[in-house]
Amino acid sequence: MNPKLTRRRFIKGVIASGVAATSTSLWYSATGADRPAGAVERLLSINVNGQVRRVDVAPQETLAHTLRYKLGLTGTKLGCNRGECGACTVVADDVNIYACSTLTHEVKDKAVVTVEGLRAADGTLHPVQAAFVAELSPACGFCTAGQVMSAFALLKNNPRPTREEARQAMSGNLCRCGAYDHYLNGVMRASGQLS
Amino acid sequence: MSSHDVMPEMSLYQPVRVEDAIGIANQFADRGWLVGGGQDTYGWLKDRAKSADALIDLKGIESMRGITETADGIEIGALVTLTEIANNPLIKERYALLSQAAVKVASPQIRNVGTIAGNVSQDVRCWYYRRGLNCYRAGGNLCYADTPEGMNREHAIFNASRCVAVTPSDTGPALVALEAQMVIDSASGQRVVSAEDFFVGPNVDITHTTVLAPGDILTAVRIPAKWANAQFFFEKVADRNAWDFALVSLSAAMRVNNGVIEESRIVAGAVQATPRRLTSVEQAVRGKARDEATANSVGNLASRDANPLNYNHFKMPLMDNLVKRALRGQA
Repeated sequence: MNPKLTRRRFIKGVIASGVAATSTSLWYSATGADRPAGAVERLLSINVNGQVRRVDVAPQETLAHTLRYKLGLTGTKLGCNRGECGACTVVADDVNIYACSTLTHEVKDKAVVTVEGLRAADGTLHPVQAAFVAELSPACGFCTAGQVMSAFALLKNNPRPTREEARQAMSGNLCRCGAYDHYLNGVMRASGQLS
Repeated sequence: MSSHDVMPEMSLYQPVRVEDAIGIANQFADRGWLVGGGQDTYGWLKDRAKSADALIDLKGIESMRGITETADGIEIGALVTLTEIANNPLIKERYALLSQAAVKVASPQIRNVGTIAGNVSQDVRCWYYRRGLNCYRAGGNLCYADTPEGMNREHAIFNASRCVAVTPSDTGPALVALEAQMVIDSASGQRVVSAEDFFVGPNVDITHTTVLAPGDILTAVRIPAKWANAQFFFEKVADRNAWDFALVSLSAAMRVNNGVIEESRIVAGAVQATPRRLTSVEQAVRGKARDEATANSVGNLASRDANPLNYNHFKMPLMDNLVKRALRGQA
């Protein structure tokens, strides 16, 4: 039995649902609409990596889910799925965000960039990616896509950060291998401050 | 803890006007959930520790955005992100206390979407409560943290009433120090509540941390010019330098003239369920120099009436030392 279902709660619930049912019917009769204004449509156009993609998105669906399981962009990793580890980091309108803690419907008017969108058309790696390779930044690599996206967002807004600024900017991305300094070296190299 | 890959099924509304949002919120009553940045929302829902029938995403409401200068200070829209606050030139210049607090919240990704309204309205971090246990705050009739075996290192040392959780907000104490006003819209109109009265402890309402009721929307935060360009101090002590909640934080605004503290507002975070004004310290330092001697003279005034739990006695000297740092000045 649900431990939260006490007698008091059950009775309160019955009362509350009665009130809700009453107010709902009043709303419908007053507006004549099926549901209140502002309900979202499932079919959505979202801009991902410069392309507009039409996709069927559930109202509660997270961006990480849409990217990975609807659009096949599995470069975005799901680590904790709670906005703590940063593996799912993507960039929306030039700022880095946790895709696991963003509803896809929240980014419908934004330009989303994932790790798949960084390299050039001819396959050349983005400077951040190239620098991470040169500095051997990843160890196991699971957090790397998120680290790349945070570094990408940082350099977009601050092309020549100090090491401390970079440390702060990368602080939302955990690395279980502990390769933080290697990633920082990569960021400094990508910004042209390490050769 | 059980883990779920996806969000539970629910409907989503994206109103673009405050009135529409209030209408939808009232229709769903306590089954609707207002979402700003959503960073304290999705964990609750994914963990099935709380549920809702509808999410009401407020981010499309243009009138709740932006930082504007007013006749008496500034008005910050509820949807302004913590990153925007941390980088805003006006706030950095005149109300640096708030920008210093904002930049210490969580991680860059969270500050990029997390809003000022969400930061002050977020729920407490007690893990027993977040686990979905039927504790006092969840409407039940016991506290798991305030027991001989309870893990309460992060919990309250003041004013616990059945629930011993603390306010997790970094900007809340800063706003109390700055005498901010919270603008709340509802179907019955608009009301303005001081930041100090906005937060409520478990003795007042054990299942809420603010005065917000279903159908209320915090639409803006006003900061009066009174404390513009005052001397400020902010420090947050946490186990980690990033993505962590305060063990104790201290926000202080001091009006200093010729080296003498004429007036001050000193507020501690994470020591009780609401930001705690240290009025005894404020009174003790009035008319005194902002220097080492004054800092030392205050001693343990801040923590004097504390009632610590099994594992959080350390918060008392921590709080006293932060007060000392705030008072001794920049040196």
